[in-house]
Amino acid sequence: MRYLPKSDSERREMLEAIGARSLEDLFECIPATHRLREPLRLPGPLSETGIIEYFRNRAAENSVGYTSFLGAGIYDHLRSVVTDALIQRGEFLTSYTPYQAEISQGTLQAIFEFQTLMCQLTGQEVANASMYDGSTALPEAALMAARVTGRDRVVVARSVHPEYRQVLGTYARNGALRVEEIPFANESGQIDLDAARLAVDGQTAALAIQSPNFLGVLEQVPVAAEIAHKQGALLVVVIAEAMSLGIARPPAEADIVAMEGQSLGLAPSFGGPFAGVIATREKFVRQMPGRLAGQTVDSAGRRGFVLTLATREQHIRREKATSNICTNQALCALAATIHLCLLGKEGIRELALQNVAKARFALAELEKVPGVRRAFAGPVFNEFTLEFPRSVKLINRELLKEKIIGPLPLGGFYPDQTKRGLVCVTETTPGAEIERLAKVLRGILEKPV
Amino acid sequence: MYPSDYRYTKEHEWIKVEGATGTVGITDYAQHALGDIVYVELPKPGAKLEMNQSFGTVESVKAVSEIYSPVSGEVTEVNAALATTPEKVNSDPHGSAWLIKMKLSHPKELDSLMDAAAYQAYIDEQQKEASA
Repeated sequence: MRYLPKSDSERREMLEAIGARSLEDLFECIPATHRLREPLRLPGPLSETGIIEYFRNRAAENSVGYTSFLGAGIYDHLRSVVTDALIQRGEFLTSYTPYQAEISQGTLQAIFEFQTLMCQLTGQEVANASMYDGSTALPEAALMAARVTGRDRVVVARSVHPEYRQVLGTYARNGALRVEEIPFANESGQIDLDAARLAVDGQTAALAIQSPNFLGVLEQVPVAAEIAHKQGALLVVVIAEAMSLGIARPPAEADIVAMEGQSLGLAPSFGGPFAGVIATREKFVRQMPGRLAGQTVDSAGRRGFVLTLATREQHIRREKATSNICTNQALCALAATIHLCLLGKEGIRELALQNVAKARFALAELEKVPGVRRAFAGPVFNEFTLEFPRSVKLINRELLKEKIIGPLPLGGFYPDQTKRGLVCVTETTPGAEIERLAKVLRGILEKPV
Repeated sequence: MYPSDYRYTKEHEWIKVEGATGTVGITDYAQHALGDIVYVELPKPGAKLEMNQSFGTVESVKAVSEIYSPVSGEVTEVNAALATTPEKVNSDPHGSAWLIKMKLSHPKELDSLMDAAAYQAYIDEQQKEASA
């Protein structure tokens, strides 16, 4: 398909057909003060070679040769060329969300398989056909919990990704949710259980935690579930690093899992597009946002796929819909499905173990650096918080000179944590680069400020 | 087809009144228009309803539709059997697939509802319009 703008003669033809003399005439109903009276200030057209040249130059602005130790919600994992080759097939790449669902059997089958894989990973009974991303999956889970319980209070751990909490705050401000935050324990980095017990009461719809949390620490999901369930609240478990499920215990005690699927075969890009996941118990399925693809048999007994539960979506239920999500991230969900199928059960476990091994090695190497210590004692997956003898921002400035993108300074998110930074290593981080980080860091800290 | 001792609404609910208690359901016309019913969502006993207030939904494979209270009153009982056998709404809409029982607060409101003959004429008119 070609996306060429209309020609002048086509414009004239269309204007004539509706009886307008000019474009200005067509927009007459808009008050003149709100109309643009000059053409948009855009650069002129370029030739094909000119365009290629332009983008080549822009691409050259990208930094190369840097080693990054950033994670914090977006993770650099190995991706197979097979995934990109398959998702670029026209049938998948150009198809829009299946409103005429059943003619798109291939799309529905892919969605069905995605849902199945998400259930297997999360230990839940049903998973929807994707949300936009992890950050929007959290407020959707909170709203869902409010519908299920008939309550409006949501208790969120401060160790949930700060940007996810901001998105939740936006939904709450304009909706019917009251959000309260609880601290994490200074020693373990896990949620403060006493604070959670105090905060969760008979008006609480959900307790929301993240595991591994934003500080890198795995939470005790069964304990949190017990606290929530004792008060009739639901437990929402946020997962920003889906790869952790290759080895971590699935959050089966959660009532709703709100997950970011980026780690499963999607490139970090510039922060998107990714695929969010909502997985839950079957008994809550009618309060779940989005839609489900289901497997069935046709009149001749052959296997086929249908969209189920679409009846509660916005295009049918209007203002009474369970959510304002209209489409989904079908292509990203497909990429995750292909990636997981390529890895297989053994593959994802092995990859997850490599992450754990890398993190252990990095921790050991970095803790040897005088003045550097592990900030939290709780168990970690591929990310951990370190405490430094000086501001992480100052350290990073020096690391950058050595082409190292250093730890994420936590001070920007937690004002009392300016000397703490989040380090992430994955299977893609060379061991030698971890050793180099430790060496350069040692050099920086030996020099007086 | 439509029981003569019931009263009917334009939204296709019926109500049967015995003493101060009304039993409410959806009509055969409604179940037919909706198609296979897969889920019924009902209020809790004790819920207070105004006339024409939405009190639940009926979900078919095609759509989710609101159900409106024919009169004002308080819900005294809901048909729990529909949680596991929603398809009864298709097979026996005027009988065993009743939705709620309610205590009427303004029995006078019944006078504004249609009787069986008026309802039959109303749906004949609707069908004529639909096929026109």
